[in-house]
Amino acid sequence: MVQIDDLSRIIDEHPFAHGMDDTLRALIVGCAANERYDAGQYVLREGGRADKFFLIRAGAVALEIASPSGAIMVETLSDGDLLGWSWLSDPPVWTFDARATQLTRVISFDANCLRRKMDADPALGYEVLRRFLPIMAHRIHAARMQMLDLYGPGPRR
Amino acid sequence: MKMDVQDSMVPVPFRIEKVRRELSDTFTMELKPEAGGAFRFQAGQFNMLYVFGVGEVPISISGDPGESGVLVHTTRAVGAVTRAMGQLEVGETIGVRGPFGKPWPVEQAFGSDLVIVAGGVGLAPLRPAIYQALANREKFGKLVILYGARTADDILFRKELERWRGRFDVEVKVTVDRATDRWAGNVGVVTNLVARGGFDPMHTTALVCGPEIMMRFAAQALVKRGVSPAGVYVSMERNMKCGVGFCGHCQWGPHFVCRNGPVFTWEEASPLLAVREL
Ligand SMILES: Cc1cc2nc3c(=O)[nH]c(=O)nc-3n(C[C@H](O)[C@H](O)[C@H](O)COP(=O)(O)OP(=O)(O)OC[C@H]3O[C@@H](n4cnc5c(N)ncnc54)[C@H](O)[C@@H]3O)c2cc1C
Ligand code: FES
Repeated sequence: MVQIDDLSRIIDEHPFAHGMDDTLRALIVGCAANERYDAGQYVLREGGRADKFFLIRAGAVALEIASPSGAIMVETLSDGDLLGWSWLSDPPVWTFDARATQLTRVISFDANCLRRKMDADPALGYEVLRRFLPIMAHRIHAARMQMLDLYGPGPRR
Repeated sequence: MKMDVQDSMVPVPFRIEKVRRELSDTFTMELKPEAGGAFRFQAGQFNMLYVFGVGEVPISISGDPGESGVLVHTTRAVGAVTRAMGQLEVGETIGVRGPFGKPWPVEQAFGSDLVIVAGGVGLAPLRPAIYQALANREKFGKLVILYGARTADDILFRKELERWRGRFDVEVKVTVDRATDRWAGNVGVVTNLVARGGFDPMHTTALVCGPEIMMRFAAQALVKRGVSPAGVYVSMERNMKCGVGFCGHCQWGPHFVCRNGPVFTWEEASPLLAVREL
């Protein structure tokens, strides 16, 4: 029980859970686990089954795409960020590699466990999606800005 | 050397004392007046630099406002004049009119946290403000420098950024838009750093310089974090001719960028940035 209480407190400190009501938090804590990744270790691999998502407590994770000339980093995530939403899509498959670039501590969530609870309790489902959507929108916006190549040669931007 | 308005249209010859290649397309020149004397300016001001026989362009001063013995400009070669400027060598002459424009409000920010957000060559116009802030470090709360570049090879003033980051009283965060796995730093847009910077938004002055789109979204991210739009400053770029408010070439809505700017508050700038082709 102590462990669940600890997890609940840790989740509560993460921006993802700010303001989340106690009942909902208790539901998601049941699907959560503490994990750590050493520098260089992969948190997830492109093409793998997306059966988790992660709240980063401390550390740094690079999202990478493998290319013939080596890995290209597209984004780095760190303390307070959320990693992984492919579990929400169909089929649930990771579209990037995610590699810890330093010792990284995360709370991971078992997506199957959470999806079952979300199906059974639409209020929880709505609440989880409501918390994912602004993060997804922000990341898509940031990715578009990166695509604009603002600092590159060419006309003034 | 301070010019009055009548003199302001006549370029003064300066000798190129040093040229440093910063990046593949960006260079820094150190200049001294051929007639001798000092050159005083405030952080954020610019000069009209005249490459004889080619043309004249506005370029911000990138040196230390506490150092009047040498005038420093950092320029990215993008077109006819700036490319010709990049071909000039030590010992050659360049014409200088200035300093012009409204400075960064560094002194008004005393007592608050100071957040510098720069993108690409936009770090150059902000460097004088950083020097001034460091010279008055005890007068600020937190000093935070957030910098975004295209790749790790495009980081301007890299050694200085590393030196500032080595201090205990400055937070420096750098991010790049694209990287390989050899890069150990942040990847992503500079606006992501705004959300993470350790400053108190309620008591923050922010100075932002870079491509216009980057400034727009950086200012929005600062305001979203709770910084007052009147406490966020951006430096605008418009094509210029006279540099002193006579010709109207740099008109931007009700403003002449050369005279009313280039530094504007986000409160002034945001309604105009929303208008296309202004
Ligand atoms: C107040 C002020 C301060 C400035 N400070 C600096 C500075 O410190 N360092 C610096 O390098 N530049 C600075 N600039 C921008 C600089 O004035 C222009 O890059 C320059 O006028 C371009 O002239 P050009 O003849 O070389 O290029 P042009 O022949 O006029 O333009 C050629 C190409 O370059 C593009 N271009 C023009 N300006 C820019 C720009 N600013 N950024 C990217 N692409 C551009 C044009 O769209 C065009 O495609 C400043 C501008 C202003 C208004
Ligand atoms: S450049 Fe002439 S009015 Fe501004």
